[in-house]
Amino acid sequence: MSLSASSLWLIPALPLLAAALTATLPRSRAGLAAAIAIGALALSFLLSCGALVTALAAPGEHLYSNFIWFDLGLGTVRLGWLLDPLTALMCTMVTFVGTLIFIFSSAYMHDDDRAKQFFCFLSLFAAAMLGLLVANSLLLLFICWELVGLASYLLIGFWFHKPSVAAAAKKAFITTRIGDIGFLLGLLWLNDATGSLLFYDGGKGVLETGALSALAAQTTFGGLAVSTAIGLLLFCGAIGKSGQFPLHVWLPDAMEGPTPVSALIHAATMVAAGVFLIARIFPLMEADKLLAAVPVHALSVVATIGAITALLGAFIAIAQNDLKRILAFSTVSQLGYMMLALGVGAPSAAIFHLLTHAFFKALLFLGAGSVIHAAHHEQDIRQLGGLSAKMKLTFATFAIGTMALVGVPLFFSGFWSKEAILHAAHGWQVSHFPFYAALLGVVLTAFYNTRLISEVFFGHGRSRSANHAHENSSVMTTPLVILAFFAIALGFLGAPAYPWIPAKLSGEAAVHGHSLFDGVGLMALSVVLVALGVGAGFALYGRKTRTSSTARDPLEQALPRVFAALAARLGFDELYTATVGRLNAALATFSDLLDRWVFDAVIRFLTRLGQFAGIVNRETDEDLLNGGFDATSQSLRSTGQAYSRAQSGDAHGYLRVIAAGFVLLLLAVLLGGVR
Amino acid sequence: MSLSPLQLCLLFSSALFCVGLIGALARSNTILVLLGVELMLNAANINFIAFWRYGPAPSPATGVLFVIFAIAVAAAEAAVGLALVIAVYRHRRSIQLQDANSLKG
Repeated sequence: MSLSASSLWLIPALPLLAAALTATLPRSRAGLAAAIAIGALALSFLLSCGALVTALAAPGEHLYSNFIWFDLGLGTVRLGWLLDPLTALMCTMVTFVGTLIFIFSSAYMHDDDRAKQFFCFLSLFAAAMLGLLVANSLLLLFICWELVGLASYLLIGFWFHKPSVAAAAKKAFITTRIGDIGFLLGLLWLNDATGSLLFYDGGKGVLETGALSALAAQTTFGGLAVSTAIGLLLFCGAIGKSGQFPLHVWLPDAMEGPTPVSALIHAATMVAAGVFLIARIFPLMEADKLLAAVPVHALSVVATIGAITALLGAFIAIAQNDLKRILAFSTVSQLGYMMLALGVGAPSAAIFHLLTHAFFKALLFLGAGSVIHAAHHEQDIRQLGGLSAKMKLTFATFAIGTMALVGVPLFFSGFWSKEAILHAAHGWQVSHFPFYAALLGVVLTAFYNTRLISEVFFGHGRSRSANHAHENSSVMTTPLVILAFFAIALGFLGAPAYPWIPAKLSGEAAVHGHSLFDGVGLMALSVVLVALGVGAGFALYGRKTRTSSTARDPLEQALPRVFAALAARLGFDELYTATVGRLNAALATFSDLLDRWVFDAVIRFLTRLGQFAGIVNRETDEDLLNGGFDATSQSLRSTGQAYSRAQSGDAHGYLRVIAAGFVLLLLAVLLGGVR
Repeated sequence: MSLSPLQLCLLFSSALFCVGLIGALARSNTILVLLGVELMLNAANINFIAFWRYGPAPSPATGVLFVIFAIAVAAAEAAVGLALVIAVYRHRRSIQLQDANSLKG
């Protein structure tokens, strides 16, 4: 089975249809809604597999199918579908992970009376995400990008009656919108500079050599190449969407949404859209690679931001107590790794890590969802504990996910994908900062994950809800097992001995085997670092587990001020509240005053003026014009009355008057003489 | 003082006119008022005939023609007047002229 580029639209269309269908169902048919949503996405998965077959048959080629959207004056707006290994692998991952999470959700959201809407939103999200992946036009990608943001807003705010949830949804929406301003500007600039937004268009697309060399040859303010400036503006969108420093603040708050949403949107798919975007426009990002005279290369910025984010997320994750927030900061950190890989010029390593991360992070979130569901919505790790005995299957799969995330050697996918990133960072000529940041991140990741596992699963339960927890139904555990299988298996498709995924992504048709021990020194170093992190974590948290939920954290005892700063997330939220928030509030107050006292006053003055003119008009009308007419008609009326009084109806009277008139006439003739 | 035939005719017609006028003014019976009006009309007819017969430039039959037309018109007018009187009588059970005053303004 294979799928051509021209029928690629079917992949997003199916979930979109499911969203439309579920939207029209009555609220009581939540089960049917779930079945429709799962069925549509499963069909999309099959189609994606077909697309994967087509794409893998021609690695390194970009199959596309463009069409005219609408004519606008003399120009036409064209959109298109793009099929290459990047699209196909991403589609397959999104539909597969998505299907599993949909199935998990049908159990997790079973008791919610708005579950039907939940599946409607989920399907909408899946449609938008898949549309983003198959787009061959930056415009179509942007439309889907915003739709994904909308779906994310709706899903984070699903339990909107809680004020913190509504605030988190708003925060996520507005923060990503800030990045999207950059995206939109970049998009407009790109359209202005090249006259097209299609990625590939038979030599005329923006990612093809003609447009790229033209963009790299022009310079704009500050000596930047135009391609660098556009690339950095587009990267702003990716910073917002992928939770990169400094716009990472929304992602941990987004954990207020239902856990399957966190797994699907804020771990596996949507937040990876930023990474996907940069990977998609990678030719544009590296167009300035060979220019020596420019002040900064676009990819260097990407690498730096990625490295900062990777470190920042890992540091803050150490001191968090909310199960889902730890995972959220871990996601921030891992997204930083992906950006770092893109920045150092290894998009295939980034996408490989994106794919493995999607599986093991979705696994971890669903595992967390399983724990939270079992422990009656308790997600504070200080209150949990001792769950390894009560929830054996969840513990086993969670542990596999954690080991993949930490990068436990040889048997877990995360090890190989992180290895690829370290390798690429090591080989980067410009700076060694990303490399050392990545190495430190490895230690920190191992450390906070050991803490997480020890607190949640080891020791004994520290609250009633933890003590009464029990394993969930197979609808919830089956997706965990499947994801755990792939969290291991995917590693073998990208290991240096058999680099199937990286080879297909970078467009090399044949898998050429590296030696297994290529870069073995680096590998050994990372193994040592992982061991160091796990060892430190175990020494602090695992050897002697927490005794009560109120006991102080061992790290807090050793370094109280550092711990407090990390627990407060280094004060980014407070900083933004104090700066951007206050600035915004001041601007709002200013606008309010301006509106109230300047614009309003002008309007009030004009109203008064109008009123005055009205009064003058009325006076003139009534007194001058109407008065004249009134007087005329009054005199006409009195004349008429006088005449009507003479009309007595008495025939004798008339005759007498006629006679008198006759006599007068006669006298006048007689006395005046006859002429 | 001797009077010419024209003067005599004019005196006669004036007397006739005055009789008609007094009758029309003094009587309250509508039919007698109409009679008075007819007398005044005939006074005018006599004037026509007199001026035709004794006037300075006699011409063939102008006065007579005038009078014949006037008599024809007077006949029609009398018919209409009497019909009106009958209609008023049917309405008001009276032919007193002062009773028929509903056309006052």
